Amino acid sequence: MAMLDVLRAGPMLTVQDQGRFGLLASGVSASGPMDPEYMFIANALVGNQANAAVLEFAGFGGEFRADRDLLVAVIADDCPVRCGDRRLPSGRSGLLRVGETLHVGAIGSGVWGYIAVAGGIAVPPVLGSRATHLRSGIGGLSGQRLAAGNRLPLAESMAVQCMELGSHPRRSTEQIRVVPGPQHDHFSVDAWQAFTGGTYRVTAKSDRMGMQLDGPPVFSARGHDIISDMTPMGAIQIPGTGLPVILLAERQPTGGYPKIATVASVDLPRLAQLPPGAALSFTTVSQAVAEQLLLDDCARLDAQLAQMRPVRSLVETLLGENLIDGVWSSTSL
Amino acid sequence: MLMPWKVLAAGDRAVTVEFAEVIDDEVNAAVVALTEALRAADINGVLEVVPTYRSLTICYDPLKLRGAEIPALLTEMRATTTEGRAGRTWRLPVAYGQGDNDLAALAASREMTTAELVTLHARARYRVYMIGFAPGYAYLGGLSPDLHAPRRAVPRQRTEPGAVAIGGKQTSVSSVAMPSGWNIIGYTPVRLFDMRRAEPFLMRAGDWVQFHPVSMEEALRLAALAEDNRLVMEPV
Repeated sequence: MAMLDVLRAGPMLTVQDQGRFGLLASGVSASGPMDPEYMFIANALVGNQANAAVLEFAGFGGEFRADRDLLVAVIADDCPVRCGDRRLPSGRSGLLRVGETLHVGAIGSGVWGYIAVAGGIAVPPVLGSRATHLRSGIGGLSGQRLAAGNRLPLAESMAVQCMELGSHPRRSTEQIRVVPGPQHDHFSVDAWQAFTGGTYRVTAKSDRMGMQLDGPPVFSARGHDIISDMTPMGAIQIPGTGLPVILLAERQPTGGYPKIATVASVDLPRLAQLPPGAALSFTTVSQAVAEQLLLDDCARLDAQLAQMRPVRSLVETLLGENLIDGVWSSTSL
Repeated sequence: MLMPWKVLAAGDRAVTVEFAEVIDDEVNAAVVALTEALRAADINGVLEVVPTYRSLTICYDPLKLRGAEIPALLTEMRATTTEGRAGRTWRLPVAYGQGDNDLAALAASREMTTAELVTLHARARYRVYMIGFAPGYAYLGGLSPDLHAPRRAVPRQRTEPGAVAIGGKQTSVSSVAMPSGWNIIGYTPVRLFDMRRAEPFLMRAGDWVQFHPVSMEEALRLAALAEDNRLVMEPV
């Protein structure tokens, strides 16, 4: 089986797929990517199914080498990537030749990036998924972050055609939309005004489990303990400090703090990409509106992936630029 | 059992069906019965049903089902929901007062001997109200009021799997190493979560647990079997 060698690893490099579903009632949250959209795009660029296992990283990526020619794609914001000595732009796949090193640098803006390889990372699935769940120590490679010296099995793939996106994903910088509840009525009108009127900042206490915010405190009229119930992805818990904690991919599946609201799924990826220090504010939408926003966004992503096209070879590019006729400008390459 | 409920939005992919705001066997039985009815109904678009103490959460796929459609589905179910199947009973051996534990301190604070505390704890039958927090972690109800105890002022940064502990009105059995502020009174060698088993999770909500004290030697013998995945647990 072909292998991918990890030569250097960033501090938060893990194997992820869509996640481990159906086990909340057994105490296991799904895990999976912090930014599913970026993962899907990276997979699409190397010809994978959406659910193929990828590498997720935060900050710096790492260096990798494969023992077969390998189509790779990296989706991350402002992140320098090289295949051997060739620059690999975001939004495009490239061929990593045997013996060449894939260099994935540091993310310039945003937090999470995705490295997809043709075929996908073929670590054995655990409870139906390859996603690493660090807190439970399951999935991925021994349930842990990857380190230099790790070897990852690669699934078979024939894909060698480099692809590029028609347009790079652009994300709104609007307010984060939230659906009130399930414990919305534990909060007074004043508390709601503080919550939706205030500006919050992401703190450094943020990871795959959750995001701790700083800003105007919100106090529950009925105390800060509830009888523990299920905590959905994006649940906004209000503990005794009054400062919101947003629960993410590796959250505990039940919790005992009231949840004032839940982040609309459509806004979860751009929320997860906010680095410590970034400002955000909330606005409410109904459940029905949030559902429609999510469906519209899925259709938008499908349309974007449908516009993906093969990267033309140099000869084709030259022909396309009318180089043959000598009518070209120096900016056309 | 007919019990009123409220349907609460939990984002755009889940609703929580809340029966009450108390910890109670009858309420939890209603939760488990509706959970089983929903799973059996296999409704198109329902991905996951998660029972907790006094509510359950339905995770759905908005491509196939909208949150607004769920209350009507539940009303239909109500007509057909029965008691549900009886929970299984698990008998767990416990080495009380062994390892890193609070048994002596807890007994002293109750003005009883450790032996009296153990007898009191091992006498009751506990209901598994829910599995949560961590893989296979069981929250149990039915603790004698004489054993209700606040959490430790200083939580432990790490507790070993199998810890049998008391926190407030509840007792629990842990499944993985974790930080915890609960008062540990002993350890069971039985693994509530072991991925090597065909069924990795021993218990589910609605099951029952009884504890029986064993010596440290017996606990170590059973732990060695569990280590080799040769400790077979059957409900009694």
